[in-house]
Amino acid sequence: MTDTSSTPAASTPAAPLARTPLHALSLSLGAKMVPFAGYDMPAHYSLGVLGEHQHVRAQAGLFDVSHMGQAFVVGANHDVAARALEALCPADLLGLAPGRQRYTQLLNENGGIVDDLMISRSAAADEDGALMLVVNASRKDVDFDHIEARLPAGTRLIRAPHRALIALQGPLAEAVLSRHCPEAASLAFMSAATLNVAGLDCHVSRSGYTGEDGFEISIRGDRADRLARALLAEPEVLPIGLGARDSLRLEAGLCLYGRDIDESISPVEAGLEWSIGKRRVAEGGFAGAERVQREIAEGPQRRRVGVLPDGRAPARTGTLITTPDETPVGVVTSGGFGPSLNAPLAMGYVVGPHAEPGTELMLVVRGTPMPARVAAMPFIPHRYKR
Amino acid sequence: MPSVRYTRDHEYVAVDGDMATVGITDYAQKTLGDVVFVELPAVGATFAGGDAAGVVESVKAASDVFAPVSGEVTAVNSALEKRPGDVNEEPLGKGWFYKLRLTNPGELDALMDEAAYEAFVKTLS
Repeated sequence: MTDTSSTPAASTPAAPLARTPLHALSLSLGAKMVPFAGYDMPAHYSLGVLGEHQHVRAQAGLFDVSHMGQAFVVGANHDVAARALEALCPADLLGLAPGRQRYTQLLNENGGIVDDLMISRSAAADEDGALMLVVNASRKDVDFDHIEARLPAGTRLIRAPHRALIALQGPLAEAVLSRHCPEAASLAFMSAATLNVAGLDCHVSRSGYTGEDGFEISIRGDRADRLARALLAEPEVLPIGLGARDSLRLEAGLCLYGRDIDESISPVEAGLEWSIGKRRVAEGGFAGAERVQREIAEGPQRRRVGVLPDGRAPARTGTLITTPDETPVGVVTSGGFGPSLNAPLAMGYVVGPHAEPGTELMLVVRGTPMPARVAAMPFIPHRYKR
Repeated sequence: MPSVRYTRDHEYVAVDGDMATVGITDYAQKTLGDVVFVELPAVGATFAGGDAAGVVESVKAASDVFAPVSGEVTAVNSALEKRPGDVNEEPLGKGWFYKLRLTNPGELDALMDEAAYEAFVKTLS
């Protein structure tokens, strides 16, 4: 028995692995640790990926995502900070209201995705001019160097490497967090606020990477263990590893950087037009605008689509996608088994005419073409509290 | 009473005369995690020891399963198509993969017995 493929994407660094502020807690909870983006991270706990996945969909799960990059872009006021980032991202950031958060991408000059990220504007007037960024662990050094090199005079990037990030996700996340922070219940999806949770100062946003309702809580690293223990003491909450994080986001149709999006893929190809501001498309003036505008007007060459195999065999990353007569038309970028779907599922890129839901395709699994069809995403409906 | 032999790739082969039942070990199912799909060989297929004879997929990964010894497949556990989790529940029982008619029983001598396999597993961290 020998591994031929695995998820989530594990890096193979030569350097010693970094540890998050919750590393010791994860070990004490029995985590099976794996290297991920240069960190020693929990892959799963004793319950296993399937059970953890189902627990998040049914109750609430706590994820250590402190390996992700956090930073602030600071200017004299919101307009200054927002304009600086609008040069690098296609989202409408000038129009981002106080206390709101937006999903966007850092683009290179060719319109490829340097990274995808969350940007939030503080609700507090005295913090205006500071935009908080949360970026992927595997990309944080690239991203922060990229931003720093391009920020105009009068703005600066402040990295926050000592902050931890805890995600609390699932239909009972609101009930759990409200016991420690009554104001959390009134946050709408994609809103953010500075709140006191369990007596600790936190930056809380209502967002996540599972398709479920939930929160992402940024806190000073030296206080993260206290917060995590307070939340884990709640009967609905179990610790969840990166394995279930990957299967949850795949069912939710969300992209994983390095798999589903990279520097060669545009946000239009990736099906992320919804995150691009209408004003931004009309005006341009951001890195990669030419390609983004052209692809919105003419349609991209390839599109990210969901693919559901007719059979039970999962199609993993790299699986060739063909037409029923076996003409290659694309490749799977993420694939596996969806515990809530109770079926295999995949996403990948196909050339334009084959991207319509219902289109019949083949997935070439270990040399054998297996029937499949294009499916609308998400595979499991999102349950956000808007 | 069949005697059970083990490979370094964590397959087992339970031998009864010239017939053998093949599957993956308890250590293997624990390492893989929840099994979600098993690809079985065709009845009538012949394998040499060490040939890839199937695939087992967990939520985490796909892994090849090798024929521990040479033989001809006489039956497969098609119940695993609907209940792949049987591999986790009873890897040496209802979670078996396929049955082989041995063509070179002497190959069994190169495999580990239970005590040797247990010692081998202890060396794996």
